[in-house]
Amino acid sequence: MKRADDYQERRAHLANLSDAELEQRFWALAEQITEPLLKMGYEYTSPSIERSVLLRMGFSSLEAKHIVDGCMERSLIAHGAGNVVFRLAKAENMDVRAAGLALCEDRLWDEAAAQF
Amino acid sequence: MSDYKLDPNKNIDVSEILKDLENYRPRRRGWTWREPAPGLKMGPFVYQDCSKPLKDSVPLPPAHYFDDIDPQPMPVITTEIASGRFEDDIRRMRMGAHHGADHIMVIRTAGQSHFDGLIEGTPQGMGGVPITRKQVRAQRKALDMIEDEVGRPINYHSYVSGVAGPDIAVMFAEEGVNGVHQDPQYNVIYRNINMARSFVDACESKRLIAWAGMAQIDGAHNANATAREAWKVMPELMVQHGINAIFSAKVGIDKKNICLSTVPPTATPAPCVHMDLPYAVALRDLFHEYRMRAQMNTKYIESSTREATVTHVLNMLISKLTSADIQSTITPDEGRNVPWHIYNIEACDTAKQALVGMDGLMDMVELKKEGYLRDKARELKERAILFMEEMVEQGGYFAAVEAGMFVDSGIYPERNGDGIARKLAGGIGAGTIVKREADYMAPVTAHYGYNNIAQYGATNPSDLIGGCTLECPEKIVYIDELDEEDNCNVRMAEVKEFAQPGAKMIRPEMEWLADGTVMLTMFFPAEKHIAEAAALECAKRMNLTDCEVISKEIMHGAEGTRIELKGKVPFAIEIDKLVIPEEPDVMSDDEIRADIERRPMRVVCGTVGEDEHSVGLREIIDIKHGGIEKYGIEVHYLGTSVPPEKLVNAAIELNADAMLASTIISHDDIHYKNIAKINRIATEMGVRDKLIFVAGGTQVASAQARANGADEGFGRGSRGHHVATFLVKRRRELESEGKI
Repeated sequence: MKRADDYQERRAHLANLSDAELEQRFWALAEQITEPLLKMGYEYTSPSIERSVLLRMGFSSLEAKHIVDGCMERSLIAHGAGNVVFRLAKAENMDVRAAGLALCEDRLWDEAAAQF
Repeated sequence: MSDYKLDPNKNIDVSEILKDLENYRPRRRGWTWREPAPGLKMGPFVYQDCSKPLKDSVPLPPAHYFDDIDPQPMPVITTEIASGRFEDDIRRMRMGAHHGADHIMVIRTAGQSHFDGLIEGTPQGMGGVPITRKQVRAQRKALDMIEDEVGRPINYHSYVSGVAGPDIAVMFAEEGVNGVHQDPQYNVIYRNINMARSFVDACESKRLIAWAGMAQIDGAHNANATAREAWKVMPELMVQHGINAIFSAKVGIDKKNICLSTVPPTATPAPCVHMDLPYAVALRDLFHEYRMRAQMNTKYIESSTREATVTHVLNMLISKLTSADIQSTITPDEGRNVPWHIYNIEACDTAKQALVGMDGLMDMVELKKEGYLRDKARELKERAILFMEEMVEQGGYFAAVEAGMFVDSGIYPERNGDGIARKLAGGIGAGTIVKREADYMAPVTAHYGYNNIAQYGATNPSDLIGGCTLECPEKIVYIDELDEEDNCNVRMAEVKEFAQPGAKMIRPEMEWLADGTVMLTMFFPAEKHIAEAAALECAKRMNLTDCEVISKEIMHGAEGTRIELKGKVPFAIEIDKLVIPEEPDVMSDDEIRADIERRPMRVVCGTVGEDEHSVGLREIIDIKHGGIEKYGIEVHYLGTSVPPEKLVNAAIELNADAMLASTIISHDDIHYKNIAKINRIATEMGVRDKLIFVAGGTQVASAQARANGADEGFGRGSRGHHVATFLVKRRRELESEGKI
């Protein structure tokens, strides 16, 4: 889209705002624009987020990737990859790391899926 | 842990840094600002807005006139380091820190943004370094030692962007990284990563950044570097800053750790201060709760390091007239894409020199409160607001990007229809975000968004697993290397004989150890095509390999061209076989004084020939500069432009023990010709044997001075005690030879 500089016409409603009011307007708009983005972040997850969860649970980057890919394939990711490992560990009475390593070895995936 | 420590007189031993890395833990988290030192006294001066000085550093070149003081300005100073081999960058970091950098920013290798996961090991990078746990750990460990050496905390920094942002953010939080670039808009616009994925990931990344107390820098400066006419994107830049700033604050980053990456948008020959200052003022008005990271203009620099340096000094004038919490130092060779050690250092020195030089400026001047400056700033703010109003009308951020509103070369609301448009359904990682189920759970700290831990009766997520890596770093799984060929051990073995400390061999280095790279400057009295070809032919005949012209500047379209060229030397030098001139020996002040007391000494001196320079000689003789007068030597100063005959005659008339001839002008070797002339006249007059004759000047070399008949020659850097030591020793020799 091409448009000539119509700043003078467009600014009419801003012309009488004080500097403080202008600043408020700037930040109100910035909040309005980012609010849906924050909401989306609150409600959604991603493979990278789930890998980052597994890293924090004590898995290596290679293990985390393997587990998350497995969760994506089996449509388990919406429950949280960490949650998949966590529930499997509880169900199998294993520690969390052992449960995750089993998934890395492509074992116990059916047992994990059965928890959801 | 290893008990390796840095020795100020030895190269850092990179192989020691790499030892025992699996057990290394960072000693702190979070960003550190410099400590203000208002009213700081250093040498003969008082500083208004400098920071706490360093314990050990390399001062600016003229500092030796001022007791070697090295005042440090208030802003944190950044240096961007990334040669592709992180092991070589460690040495560059040490040099940078000693020149005043306390923010070491490591650029990532090309393509890391699109790597879906963490890279491990230490592969070689291109245009940057593959950021991996091992590389980060090694560099943070080295910086711990380097910061102890210089006496100031060093902030280590890299990038949380691309499709593996949260992975990297976790690793950085675990490894004690202190600052990051994080801005989902950068992913969208410049890396074509899916918009939704970028913002969803950014929430998690920013939550981790907040947890670790890192400083965050946004990516808005890239719009400036990308836009066709960079100064026209000013309204949009404010919008990008605003979006990332408020988004980050809402996720939980302290506003005091959210930094705007702001660039003075234009450069000379544009009237850049006139254009850039209102923008800088507008930003600081709107973003007064946030921090300013003053980036330097990279859009309009060519291959002249001189020109880039002037642009960057003008950029720092803007920093000083407004404010900068972090002052960036783009290497002045950015324009030729050669990341050389020496230019990192030059850029750090440029920042230090400019900012210290402008110390206290704002105590004396202030920006006008009305008129053009404020009117223009107001206009830019209004244009930014209008931009956001249209974004809202379009249906929000995603719709605005789809409509190509960003990086349009028009000054908004002008539109030229050349913006960068991205589709919500497109880009790398499209379709990969997933809505969380009601039972979604992540049992870890610093996790953003919906997290149903209540289903397991917990109030703190990581309690469910007995603490995550952020509380229990022993749970971190460290991977050393994955690739048997592409790793630092292989690279370091290839240049083992050059590895300091203790190397037997040495080669010039600009980027990597023993790369052999040298730079030559040449002038040819010809137009640029001939000059460029002639320069390459010269380099070939000098046996250089991989030659490339890196800069050419026209002196005149026909009369001449200046060429800078790089190439590699095909040989290595054996350090043991080098002939290293001995350091001038210096007697103690007491010993010199005692000898002058035993037998008084009289000298005549002057600047000889048609030469009006007087400063150097006065430094050698004047008592107030620590010159030879302070030892009780009687000095007869004849002034400047003293004919050689007059110097010899005065020595005879005054019955002097010595003649000191200063000679600065060196065209056509006139300085050595004058030395030879004085020697000849003194010999002809039969006094040379008993008269000591010393020559000095910036271009005087000891061996050539002696070859031309002086007893000794003193070049740049010589001081009174060097000359006095020589005079005393030479007189003792003449005494023992029975000549006097």
